[in-house]
Amino acid sequence: MKFVDEFRSSELAQGLVRSIQHHSTRRARFMEFCGGHTVTIMKHGIRQLLPPTIEMLSGPGCPVCVTDNADLDKAVALAHVPGVILTTFGDMLKVPGSRSSLQEARADGADVRIVYSTLDALQIARDNPARPVVFLGIGFETTAPTVAASVLQADQEGLHNYHVLSLHKLCPPVIKALLDSGEVRLNGLICPGHVSAVIGSKAWEFISREYGIPCVVSGFEPLDVLQCVYMLVSQVEKSECKVEIAYRRGVRPEGNQRALELMDRVFEPCPARWRGMGQVAATGLRFRKTYQRFDAESAFDFDPGPTLEPKGCICGEILRAVKTPRDCQLFGKVCTPASPVGPCMVSSEGSCAAYYLYGAAE
Amino acid sequence: MSDKIIMAHGSGGKLAHELIEKTFLNALANPLLAKLDDSAVFDFKGRLAFTTDSYVVKPIFFPGGDIGRLAVCGTINDLAMSGAVPLYLSLAFIIEEGLLRDDLIRILTSIQATSKEAGVLIVTGDTKVVDRGSADKLFINTAGLGLVPNGVNISGSNAKPGDKVILSGTMGDHGIAVMSQREGLIFSTLLSSDCAPLNGLVADMIEASSRIHAMRDPTRGGLATTLNELAAQSKVGIRIEEEKIPVRDEVRGACEMLGLDPLYVANEGKLVALVGPEDAEAVLEKMRRNSYGREASIIGEVRQDHPGRVVMKTRIGASRIVDMLVGDPLPRIC
Repeated sequence: MKFVDEFRSSELAQGLVRSIQHHSTRRARFMEFCGGHTVTIMKHGIRQLLPPTIEMLSGPGCPVCVTDNADLDKAVALAHVPGVILTTFGDMLKVPGSRSSLQEARADGADVRIVYSTLDALQIARDNPARPVVFLGIGFETTAPTVAASVLQADQEGLHNYHVLSLHKLCPPVIKALLDSGEVRLNGLICPGHVSAVIGSKAWEFISREYGIPCVVSGFEPLDVLQCVYMLVSQVEKSECKVEIAYRRGVRPEGNQRALELMDRVFEPCPARWRGMGQVAATGLRFRKTYQRFDAESAFDFDPGPTLEPKGCICGEILRAVKTPRDCQLFGKVCTPASPVGPCMVSSEGSCAAYYLYGAAE
Repeated sequence: MSDKIIMAHGSGGKLAHELIEKTFLNALANPLLAKLDDSAVFDFKGRLAFTTDSYVVKPIFFPGGDIGRLAVCGTINDLAMSGAVPLYLSLAFIIEEGLLRDDLIRILTSIQATSKEAGVLIVTGDTKVVDRGSADKLFINTAGLGLVPNGVNISGSNAKPGDKVILSGTMGDHGIAVMSQREGLIFSTLLSSDCAPLNGLVADMIEASSRIHAMRDPTRGGLATTLNELAAQSKVGIRIEEEKIPVRDEVRGACEMLGLDPLYVANEGKLVALVGPEDAEAVLEKMRRNSYGREASIIGEVRQDHPGRVVMKTRIGASRIVDMLVGDPLPRIC
């Protein structure tokens, strides 16, 4: 299949692996920020092919996983507001909040519907003019512009029953926070591909400049990731430190201006709660005053109740790359995709789920 | 005759009789069914295979099939996977009031055509009508009886180290064809469901070899789940190669788009067989001559190591575990 097979070619992969093995002499620790990369790495067994000089860490780049229980509880509480139709991407359905998941809320009678795009949510709002429709806005810079577009569309159409619970998060500032904490030392960052398609590779320049960490933006096919690792190794070996793109078919240095404009017109940065990291300044997106009426948080009266954290779950530390799923006592025993304790085991891009489902065969 | 099924059609009274005689018998008539006794009575000698299944697929018509063809094929295939020759089926219909009679007739016609193709008879049946919302258009429950030929001993627990893993064709066609029609997810595809009766293919395979140890149709949960079941039941390891698993471009494209793995997508006209290595080529050759096995290939082998686990050599040369499907990322597909 075009644009897939070329990037999964076993010959080219073997060639890249040989180049990496040949060039890598210095010990280096790379982090893939994005959950999508974690899945590619685990699913294709990329770690087994890398030389022992290279250590790979999984970062916090799974929007489902980093959603704090307090925010999840808001979504569940909103779903229970009489009359509300809560629309969400499917991934969020099973994530356990403090007391209930959206899936359980649905079983309890809440009207929770899976949509594949914000356009579906808008359609539901048009079809149900007498009922408020809330879209659960979870995602990074990749998703936020499409949500902003839906808000502008609703505004244009005069759809007064459409609302968004904005739990969007921004990537570069949270990586900054992670590096500032000093908990993790990195020799290279695999920058998220689709986020970078929106924000541009330039958005990562401060990391190489201020923290001295090589950055390479990667796509999501195995060859993309291997090429990215090869480019990071080259920088490390030459003691270079710059931002490069190993995903030229998707990412430009300046990003997608149109998408950024949409996002900026509707939302403004605000503090956000991250699972495992607490509140981090300027990593969230809230509605600008002009579009406040679409904000589900101010449109409804609801009580999410006190926040509870699952006992023994180390998702927070896993998201900070301080620990790996295998360090967790619950992993694979109490906590499995069938009965997840923490969100990293639920989401298809969660580290724990990827380790569990595709765990190396040795 | 009303053009919709109404509650009174399930009352057991006049309308119910009219529905059975004018609609059901018209489409499905055979001497055993036409007697309209409370049960079908027939002679039977030998080892029996007996199975049951329910069908709730949504939508009831999809590219390449419908709930009726699916019900007949699914039941036949369950019998065939034990090496049985399928003979008789029962069909019970749970109809939501409001179903168009024309839709019902279309489904019954399809049932008749499929059972004819497979050489089985529908010998008993039942109809219930439930009020709106209590079912979704139409549910079908089936049972099937088949005869296991002497000397045939095929079971999920019979796989042996060294067996070759033979797959009868491409993976994921049914699941993706059904999903393409799903409300809220309609995307256009030329893809058809692979829904088909496999008893003919199985008969050919049994003719070619007495060393077919295990066989299963990878329906819900897909190939990954089926191989895990076989590995667990037989307490063996299974090793497959990603590159050798046939998947249509349309299916791969849709899976990429939807974030699905074709190994977990349902099939309704495919089988996987674990066959003694000395006979594998002969079975493969025979399969490829059958229209439902044209794209058959050997995708891996049964191993002594890692019992209960399925391991796949990935395209880029590493290996990873292939686990069972967890949860249900898919709509109702069968």
